[in-house]
Amino acid sequence: MPPTPPPTGAAFDPARPYALHHQVALRPESFGALAYHFGTRRLSFLKSRTLLAVVESLADQPSGLAACRAAGVSAEEQDAYEQALATLADSGMICERVA
Amino acid sequence: MTTVAPAEGTRLVDRFERGLDAPICLTWELTYACNLACVHCLSSSGRRDPRELTTAECRALIDEFERMQIFYVNIGGGEPTIRSDFWELVDYATEHHVGVKFSTNGSRITEAVAARLAASDYVDVQISLDGATAEVNDAVRGDGSFATAVTAMERLAAAGFVGFKLSVVVTRHNVGQLDAFKAIADRYGAQLRLTRLRPSGRGADVWDELHPTGDQQRQLYDWLVLRGEEVLTGDSFFHLAAYGDALPGLNLCGAGRVVCLVDPVGDVYACPFAIHDEFLAGNVRDDGGFTSVWRASDLFLELREPQSAGACSSCGHYDACRGGCMAAKFFTGLPLDGPDPECVLGHGEDALGARGDVETPRPSPDHSSRPRRVAVALTTRVGTPDRRPDRSCDEHPLAGFTPGPAPTAR
Repeated sequence: MPPTPPPTGAAFDPARPYALHHQVALRPESFGALAYHFGTRRLSFLKSRTLLAVVESLADQPSGLAACRAAGVSAEEQDAYEQALATLADSGMICERVA
Repeated sequence: MTTVAPAEGTRLVDRFERGLDAPICLTWELTYACNLACVHCLSSSGRRDPRELTTAECRALIDEFERMQIFYVNIGGGEPTIRSDFWELVDYATEHHVGVKFSTNGSRITEAVAARLAASDYVDVQISLDGATAEVNDAVRGDGSFATAVTAMERLAAAGFVGFKLSVVVTRHNVGQLDAFKAIADRYGAQLRLTRLRPSGRGADVWDELHPTGDQQRQLYDWLVLRGEEVLTGDSFFHLAAYGDALPGLNLCGAGRVVCLVDPVGDVYACPFAIHDEFLAGNVRDDGGFTSVWRASDLFLELREPQSAGACSSCGHYDACRGGCMAAKFFTGLPLDGPDPECVLGHGEDALGARGDVETPRPSPDHSSRPRRVAVALTTRVGTPDRRPDRSCDEHPLAGFTPGPAPTAR
C-alpha cells in the first residue's frame, strides 16, 4: 500500500487547534500510551499518562495550549509538553484541524 | 519508532523489559507449507502441519488481537500466501483494525495481487531476498528464487505500491552487497530491511559457515550507522551496540515481553527465533486463549523478571548489548546468561571454543520437506528444479516500526 504522504512539516503552534490523525490508534499503557499510525506505519510511545490525556482531549479543546491546561500540565512542564506535541505533529500523529 | 515524552523516572526500555498487557506487535506464522526450502529457514518449514489453525480459529484469534489492541501482525510462514484462506484472513484482520504486514518469497504476487495490495491502506508486504545477485541468493533460497522475487518487486512497483519492504538476512556471502541491495530497493521504490542470521530452525545447520565474520560485522555496523533510519533492521542487531552508538530501535530483547510468535498450530513461542519447547509458552487453543498465554504463562512471566547478566556482568558494554540474542545463544549451545555467539568483543567466539563439540539443541518441530542438509557453500547450488528452497524466513516482530529520535529524555 502507498504510505500516507509525509506530514506537511508545518511547525506546531500551541495557540492553534489540533486533533489526533484519523488513522492513528492509541493504546493506553501504564507508562502512558502506544500510538500507531496506520498510514505511515510508525509507532510512537507517549511516555506519560498526562500526555495521553492531552492528546485525547486535543479535538475538544480550542488549542494545544488549552488541552495542556485542561490536562493539568503545569507552567514549568509546559515546554516539555509542547515539545512532545511538536514531535507528534512532525510525524503526522496529530494534525491541525479547522477550528 | 519515536519516543514522545516529558521525562518520567523509569526508562521506557526498563518498562518494556517488565512486559506489557499485550504485545506491541507479534509474528504469526500461518502455515509450515512452503514452495521453497531455504537453507536457513527459522521455522524449518516445508510441509503443512495437519493441526494448523482452521479459518474459524484464525478469525477468532484476530478478534482476540483486536480486543488486545495489537496494532498489527507480521504474517509469515512457511509461505503464507499458500493458504487458500490467506486473502480472506488478511481482509478479516484489516476490517478488525489489525494491520497486516506479510512476508513472502514473491511467488504468488501476480499483477492482480499487486494491484490489490497497492489499493489497500492497511497491508504491507515484505519480499525476501538474500543475495543482490541470483548466484548469491539462489545458493541460499534455491534456483529461480531471485528471479521470482525480482518479478514480484517489478509488479508491486508497476502497480504503484510505494514503500514495500525488501528484506535481507545478512550472511557472510551477501554482506559485501549492501550497497547493491540498497540500489535494488531504490529501483523499485521499496525500503531496505536487513536482519540478522539466526542459528534457529534449519539456520542451525548453516550458521557456522554463513554468519558474518567479526570483520564483516564491523563493516555492517558502520554501514548501518551511516544509513541511520533509512534502512530498517527490526531491532535485529542490538548486539552490535557494543561497538559504540546504539543503532536506531529499542535495542532490547523483546521476547515474551513486547513481542512473541504464534506458529501455524497455535503454539505461542517467546519469539520467532525460538521455536523450541524451551521457549514454548502455551497454545492459543488452551483455555483462556492467547490472552491468557501472554499474560499468565510461566515462561513469559519468568522472562519479565530481571535477567542475570551472568558471565557478562563484569563487561562495561552490557548496558549496550544486553547480552545479545537469547535464541542465538541457545541454539549454539551457549548459556543464556553469557555472551552472544557474535559478541563484538569476541567473548562469544571464546565461549564457543570453550564449549567444545557439544550437541546443540535441535529445533523442536521440523517440517522440512527433505532431510536437513549440513552445509552450504556459495559454490554449491542448493536447489534443483524439483527441490526449491523456502520462505520469507526472518521476521522480527518489531519490524515495520521506523525508529525515530527520542526528542526528550529516555
